[in-house]
Amino acid sequence: MPDFKKMVRDRLRDCGLSPMRECEIVDEISQHLRDRYEAQLSNGANEDAAEREIIAELEGRDLAGDLRKIEERWIEPVELGTGEGSDVWSGLWQDLRYATRTLRLNPGFTTACVLSLALGIGANTAIFQLIDAVRMRVLPVAHPEELAVIRPTDFHVTGRHHGRYGYVTNQMWKQIRAQQQGFSGVFAFGNEDFNLATRGQVRYAQGLWVSGEFFDVLGIQPILGRVFHRPDDRAGCGTPGTVISYEFWQNEFGGQASAIGKTLELEGHPFAVLGVTPANFHGVDVGHSFDVAVLICSEPTIAGESSLYVLPHGWWLVAMGRLKPRWTLDKASAQLDAISPGLMQETLPPVYQAEARKQYLQKKLAAYPGSTGVSNLRQQYESPLWLLLAITGLVLLIACANLANLLLARASAREKEIAVRIALGAARGRIVRQLLTESLLLALLGAALGMVLARLLSSFLVRYLSGEGDVRHIFVGLATDWRVLGFTAGLAVLTCVLVGLAPAIKSTGMAPALVMSLAGRGLTTTRERFSLRRALVVAQIAMSLVLVVSALLFGESLRKILTLDAGFQRDGVLVMDIDYTRLNLPYDQRGPFRERIVERVRSLPGVRSAAETNVVPLGGSYWNDEVVVDGEVKKGWVDMGLITPGYFQTIGTPLLAGRNFNERDTASSPKVAIVNREFAKKIMGTENPVGRTFKINVYRGQPQYEYEIVGLMANAKYDDLRKEFDPIAFYPQLQDDRPDTNGEIIVRSSGLLEPIVGELRQAMADVNPEIAIDFHSLAAQISDGLLKERLLAILSGFFGLLAAILATVGLYGVMAYMVAKRTNEIGIRMALGAAPIQMLELVLSEAGKLCGVGVAIGVVVTLVVGRWAASLIFGLKPYNPAVLATACLGLAVVAVLASMIPARRAARLEPMVALREN
Amino acid sequence: MSKPSDLVQGTLDMLILKIVALEAQNGWAISQRLKQISSDVLGVSDGSLYPALHKLERRGWITAQWKSSGNNRRAKFYSLTRLGRRQLETETANWNRISSAISGIVKLKEA
Repeated sequence: MPDFKKMVRDRLRDCGLSPMRECEIVDEISQHLRDRYEAQLSNGANEDAAEREIIAELEGRDLAGDLRKIEERWIEPVELGTGEGSDVWSGLWQDLRYATRTLRLNPGFTTACVLSLALGIGANTAIFQLIDAVRMRVLPVAHPEELAVIRPTDFHVTGRHHGRYGYVTNQMWKQIRAQQQGFSGVFAFGNEDFNLATRGQVRYAQGLWVSGEFFDVLGIQPILGRVFHRPDDRAGCGTPGTVISYEFWQNEFGGQASAIGKTLELEGHPFAVLGVTPANFHGVDVGHSFDVAVLICSEPTIAGESSLYVLPHGWWLVAMGRLKPRWTLDKASAQLDAISPGLMQETLPPVYQAEARKQYLQKKLAAYPGSTGVSNLRQQYESPLWLLLAITGLVLLIACANLANLLLARASAREKEIAVRIALGAARGRIVRQLLTESLLLALLGAALGMVLARLLSSFLVRYLSGEGDVRHIFVGLATDWRVLGFTAGLAVLTCVLVGLAPAIKSTGMAPALVMSLAGRGLTTTRERFSLRRALVVAQIAMSLVLVVSALLFGESLRKILTLDAGFQRDGVLVMDIDYTRLNLPYDQRGPFRERIVERVRSLPGVRSAAETNVVPLGGSYWNDEVVVDGEVKKGWVDMGLITPGYFQTIGTPLLAGRNFNERDTASSPKVAIVNREFAKKIMGTENPVGRTFKINVYRGQPQYEYEIVGLMANAKYDDLRKEFDPIAFYPQLQDDRPDTNGEIIVRSSGLLEPIVGELRQAMADVNPEIAIDFHSLAAQISDGLLKERLLAILSGFFGLLAAILATVGLYGVMAYMVAKRTNEIGIRMALGAAPIQMLELVLSEAGKLCGVGVAIGVVVTLVVGRWAASLIFGLKPYNPAVLATACLGLAVVAVLASMIPARRAARLEPMVALREN
Repeated sequence: MSKPSDLVQGTLDMLILKIVALEAQNGWAISQRLKQISSDVLGVSDGSLYPALHKLERRGWITAQWKSSGNNRRAKFYSLTRLGRRQLETETANWNRISSAISGIVKLKEA
């Protein structure tokens, strides 16, 4: 018989097939030829004729050519990338394609990995974006590093405060400008909300008071019209116009060039629009943008009788400067320090009494870094944001651990494939690279999705932080910049390396022969591999315990604040801000005018009670003073406010002793006061002070009245729910000899608040259409004040839950893997007489061990890191045994539930089936 | 032995798919079936059968497995994949369309 194999092989010689492929084809075709040859013989042909026939058949077509065409397209030499002189990166494209293919073939695995990474990365990026926006980003002006804030080293001052940052008075600012030497230019600014409406419902624009140097020192050029310059800013300038922001220009004037020269009504005063600032300039107060900028010298015109412009104790401005070349902050501070004594002497408010004088004269000025502007947002949210970043960092770590676990499980499923590759000569580094490519691809997908999530989350956060009121609206520039991108990319790469390397090295670290022989019968598994997965689960449980504890702490803390007895009833109260400055009422008519308004409001249907006051809890504009009892000045500041008789009924604070104010308490009757328990205890030193008298430590030259305490009321919180009760004294509205032209009417309704708003609006328009009004509910105002707590509670709750879910999934994965790996063992045990319940115990005790170790480590970590959160928690110790116990118990229950599924699977195994399984 | 006429271009693929669709076959059996069914009209040379088989395999229309054949030797058995079944359906439909058009023309009576 002819050698068919040789016959075929000869014809395939030039095909360039791989040896394995060639061998296969030769085998196949030669066998076919042999079958054919035998068929010919059995049909009676002789051997030579049969052979000729076959050769003719073979050569009838260009077999080699045809095969080559087909095979060529499919043969792709695998670059080893390790041989001497070969490119390290060769075959990378192939790796990438291979990775894409494998990920596509395992959609469940890929989704789980990408989602957990995306959540981790997205949350981290969102929080980092916010931290970056409020903390690190420099102002978009020329050479921001040269900017400095000039202010006294301490903030302890008495007088009138206005705006977010009352660092200096106008007099101080003028002296700083005249006497400083370290700055090439200085400027001052303050903030104010201006009412754009001329009657009825107010519409606020966020305003900036600026000195004439403001734009020039910052280096801001107008994109349209002009900005202010030094000569514009002179006392008595009236209303020379306003410079508006780009955003306001777009919203209010539709971005039309014709806006220049148009007139805006600010608090009823006409201001011509002079110019528009660039789109990226939002002022120097990070967290707040501005709509209109008005010169400081316009303040007396707008503020009228309550002007701070000439008031020596009016704190409403921030002074900033641009350092001269070769001047440092220290040098500038030293110069400011040197001029301080003289400067304080010159600007000393003459009304100060001895103690306040002494304090004022000791003040020192200094320069502070100003490249990132000023921000109260920063003080408020910096530590919560860092804490949230730590929390989300932990979530990312848990997600990574989860991912590593998933990859490890997959790597063990692929260990045979890898063993074969190694046996065939693949270099270890090359295989590690292949696996790394896969996890890098996962990381990139996760990061990309994470960026999308980050944008959603951070815009949610900003919207959340801005609260409901449009005036307090927080502005944070969230345009993604390279730093945020770098941060995310860094996280992704780090994740990739963390996640990819361990399984990659593990998978290649085992002897191929061992793997191949083990893969057939999974009787046991190598201890090493499994302990890494167990360690990961233990770490996950430990970290999620920390997060669950923090979630419980913040949630409990918020609950405590919300349910504490604040001394008033927050629900069902509507607050109406009123401003009747435009009515130009003389002082003696204001009291009766307000009485009339309150009467009108009280007569409305649906209104149960109403009062006028300036002490709306957590949002009033009350003042404080020192109290003199029996000729002795009592230490500490006492809050003071004005109310009308309906106050106690409306706000829900009970009167404990004495009487309420009534219509007989007028400007001509003896001065009276109602004080709270804290006042009675701390200031008067008695439980019931009714009938006693006190005086106020007034400014020089002011009349000092004697007040008789006619009533005692329960304690309530007026400033901050988180603080202890403070002493406070109330006076009747009608006894105020200098009533303001604005105030707040509080209304308690017997039903819903919304319908009343319309009625009130109508009622005010009936009284006088020029009264400016605004509404909000007391409950909303309080909840706005608790943003930080709510934010922490919501986000830590969300992340805590996420962490617990991830850890549970991880534990489930490991237990399921263990049961699968030990199926044979379980089968043997059961064949030898073990009861199903014992198999249940076997799995559950294993899970219990992992969970126990994880929880123990978690408790230790929680105790160590707990003190960082102490300042952000209200009414709880960070080491709260109940919270810790709840978290441990909760995790344990979830862990048992998670391992119940594989445990029951183990208990239900049929021994014979389990033994046969490989 | 006379040389069998060449198959219409592309129809070999369809025929192979059809034969394999009935039952998994090795190369030898496929060529025998081709001869048997078509009463030797459509002879396929060994030189063109294997490239065609390998092409179909690469496209994923058929899949191959080494099994022992009837005479106790190992042979490569081809069977149809799901993708191949769909391909066979389209090709059959195509074939029916074209052949009915052609036979319509061929049957035209001369004037």
